[in-house]
Amino acid sequence: MTTLDAKIPAGPIAEKWDNHKFSAKLVNPANKRKFEVIVVGSGLAGASAGATLGELGYRVTMLTFHDSPRRAHSIAAQGGINAAKNYRNDGDSVHRLFYDTVKGGDYRAREANVYRLAQVSVNIIDQCVAQGVPFAREYGGLLDNRSFGGAQVSRTFYARGQTGQQLLLGAYQALARQVHLGNVKLHNRTEMLDLVVKDGVACGVVARDLITGEVRSFSGHAVVLATGGYGNAFYLSTNAKASNVTAAWRAHRRGALMANPCYTQIHPTCIPASDDFQSKLTLMSESLRNDGRIWVPRDAGDARSPDQIPESDRDYYLERRYPAFGNLVPRDVASRAAKREVDEGRGVGPLKNGVYLDFGAAIARLGRSVIEQRYGNLFQMYERIAGEDPYTVPMRIYPAVHYTMGGLWVDYNLMSNVPGLYVLGEANFSDHGANRLGASALMQGLADGYFVLPATIGDFLAPLLGTEPVPTDDPAFREAEAAVGEQVRRLLSSTGSHPVDHFHRELGKILWDNCGMTRTAESLDRALTDIPALRDEFWSDVRVLGENESFNQSLEKAGRVADFLEFGELLVRDARHREESCGGHFRVEHQTEEGEALRNDDDFAYVAAWEWTGDSARPTLHEEPLAFENVALAQRSYK
Amino acid sequence: MDLNLKVWRQAGPDAPGRFETYAMRGVSEDMSFLELFDVLNEQLEGRGEEPVAFDHDCREGICGSCAMMIGGRAHGPETGTATCQLHLRKLVDGDTIAVEPWRAAGFPIIKDLAVDRAAFDRIVEAGGYITAPTGSARDANEILVPKEAADAAMDAAACIGCGACVAACPNGAAQLFTAAKYSHLSLLPQGQPERYTRVVALVEETERWFGSCTNHGECEKACPKEISIDFIALLNRDYVKAQLKNRALTGQKR
Ligand SMILES: Cc1cc2nc3c(=O)[nH]c(=O)nc-3n(C[C@H](O)[C@H](O)[C@H](O)COP(=O)(O)OP(=O)(O)OC[C@H]3O[C@@H](n4cnc5c(N)ncnc54)[C@H](O)[C@@H]3O)c2cc1C
Ligand code: FES
Repeated sequence: MTTLDAKIPAGPIAEKWDNHKFSAKLVNPANKRKFEVIVVGSGLAGASAGATLGELGYRVTMLTFHDSPRRAHSIAAQGGINAAKNYRNDGDSVHRLFYDTVKGGDYRAREANVYRLAQVSVNIIDQCVAQGVPFAREYGGLLDNRSFGGAQVSRTFYARGQTGQQLLLGAYQALARQVHLGNVKLHNRTEMLDLVVKDGVACGVVARDLITGEVRSFSGHAVVLATGGYGNAFYLSTNAKASNVTAAWRAHRRGALMANPCYTQIHPTCIPASDDFQSKLTLMSESLRNDGRIWVPRDAGDARSPDQIPESDRDYYLERRYPAFGNLVPRDVASRAAKREVDEGRGVGPLKNGVYLDFGAAIARLGRSVIEQRYGNLFQMYERIAGEDPYTVPMRIYPAVHYTMGGLWVDYNLMSNVPGLYVLGEANFSDHGANRLGASALMQGLADGYFVLPATIGDFLAPLLGTEPVPTDDPAFREAEAAVGEQVRRLLSSTGSHPVDHFHRELGKILWDNCGMTRTAESLDRALTDIPALRDEFWSDVRVLGENESFNQSLEKAGRVADFLEFGELLVRDARHREESCGGHFRVEHQTEEGEALRNDDDFAYVAAWEWTGDSARPTLHEEPLAFENVALAQRSYK
Repeated sequence: MDLNLKVWRQAGPDAPGRFETYAMRGVSEDMSFLELFDVLNEQLEGRGEEPVAFDHDCREGICGSCAMMIGGRAHGPETGTATCQLHLRKLVDGDTIAVEPWRAAGFPIIKDLAVDRAAFDRIVEAGGYITAPTGSARDANEILVPKEAADAAMDAAACIGCGACVAACPNGAAQLFTAAKYSHLSLLPQGQPERYTRVVALVEETERWFGSCTNHGECEKACPKEISIDFIALLNRDYVKAQLKNRALTGQKR
């Protein structure tokens, strides 16, 4: 085990970023075009980085497996984006956003990064407005705000229920302009399948053209991964179907450390699965909990329809257990409480896998039209999916995997432990600790891409002036290409009896049952036997049809699931090692008398960063100790 | 419920295509149309046949990936609904349904139901943006945007770039897509300086790839986001105006 150096600049927290930018080496404008930067991923983080690096004059190559940058998972974000603008005059400030984020993350994030995030949040809104993002407005023409969970101020900017879409279109359009100007070369439907490292430094990637099957190398002075989160390890999640861990996992296998993989966020208000063919879960905005009341029948096995269950036979369990916060307890608390009800047999719906979110009282009090104004589009979305009218029948909801706080380890510059490899957005572990606040992922992705990376990458590149990227016929590239080709051949020559999805679903079940909302040493040990066994079964019994040389979605999926099967084991191992509960990581053994998460700051106030050793059962742990100098450590309570 | 699917199968861009019929028995009406295809594909793979290729990702009607002609209609019978959000309960038990890819010269077929929509990216690259390099912006609230303008821009910006408008158009025109992008940017104060160069760039690039718009109006009906063809009127009007306005630029290098 070694102790990691996060390269946090010295000085008072409010001055670190400015001082750091001033002391960083710069590349002069004329020299920027001598540097080739590869950006993998074109979601919010990747598109904003690619556009900005192109504007600065770097030569950028962008890869995405999507058919267009506009399709990235970021497009689906609904609620909004935080920024410490204090336009509401309600006491917000950079320091308050910083404080809320550190506390919300259950004191497992790096203070200096979070402070910088809060600082640049204000520039993000300026930038997006200049690009034409149609944020919601007041009648006077000023920007509107709403409030979001975990905050007592109104600092969330939004564009109807499509904030992610509009922010991504803004970044994508800026990127498109750079493509048109020739500063960015965009390769769509191209999937990175390996990172190339030479003499310990990242020098390129190997990718497969998803239409032709051609395996091809891209070489650069630096590589940037902005490839999103790994929530789909659980199979069912709110993530887009194609979101995966392959780029990050391949980098991990080439030496990049994977940090805190056990920090996964479960969102309490999703539509429960309706059958075994369910392919993904749909998020219902958290805002619904402002007016909806959550309940289950008092007695297990009560099969009456909800309108036949009188008040006296209902249990509004959140209001009962958390009188102060009621239905508005934080995401993790609400999720665990719902799980308890369903596990104890009081679940509702045909599969008994949900709890009611009831608007009856709100409609009686405020009238249907008010509820329609507030939530009309959400009710419509629910009706479309569930086939029930939420104005008359209570919604059914259940928690689902939503976001992953863990990811590749990066230092203050967003560079991983592999020199030349940067990681942005949900793919890195950086800013949210053990739990992310609502509307903060969009903020982080755009902070990383528009403002942080463009300011830090020069320091790495400047000394490389005059050098050429490693040629793609170098043995390092040849070896990686051969490995990719070999994996493709191995998958296509499989003659087993099960399609890829079968293994993905099984993995999802193992993770959800044993390493989901609650975890115990026993359940984690079980998963640590089951996952390697499933992995062996995959390699002996999977069947992938078709060929490499044409569009082959089964082959794409197979490679991604193979990586999830290795990554899933690390996720569980990390959860097993962390003998405490914090944020999204709840170990049943470690709870307060009231059943709340109990941290162990003495032993676990560190980032756990795992190194691949070639043996998935024995990764090496590296620690980055976390110091809390500006926010005092405290226990969360919502009673 | 039971459904008979007649699915277009085509091995590659230049391969001949044909319909294959698949009988789907006892499927749940709570399934989405894409989940029906998941089930079909598992069955095909179980029989050692290649699964049907189709684009999809978010399955929430926002990424614009999914694209199927269902029973001759882009995204199927339900208005304002993308393929991924169509649930079987909206279909008729026992029906036979033809499922085809988008058919348009601007969208070459890749395989089965998957098509190449890269021409949409080319249109945006040609002028579907506001020039605002990172870091150059002033404080967001210094730009006042009347609520009506922001709302109208948002109506246009809601386009998901799926291409249903092109698929539904008898001419294979992409005017609704282009007009939506154009209107989003040009209804906002920030979009004014480049307005008349933008309209020319967008219209000309659109015509490189797609057919001409003759006001059939099928695009609006097919659009899963119900984007109004009024935006096409704005595009056309500004295009005409641009011929006059841009004369001011005559003699200047552009
Ligand atoms: C339903 C939902 C609602 C949400 N709502 C909010 C919200 O209201 N506010 C908020 O702040 N956050 C929200 N989030 C979280 C937020 O949307 C994501 O965390 C964020 O958008 C991730 O952005 P990203 O750029 O890091 O990654 P993504 O947007 O996931 O982009 C990943 C990119 O990498 C590419 N890629 C990946 N692997 C490879 C590879 N191997 N080769 C080539 N390319 C690759 C993909 O093509 C894609 O372009 C929500 C999330 C969900 C699921
Ligand atoms: S899959 Fe994203 S819109 Fe249908």
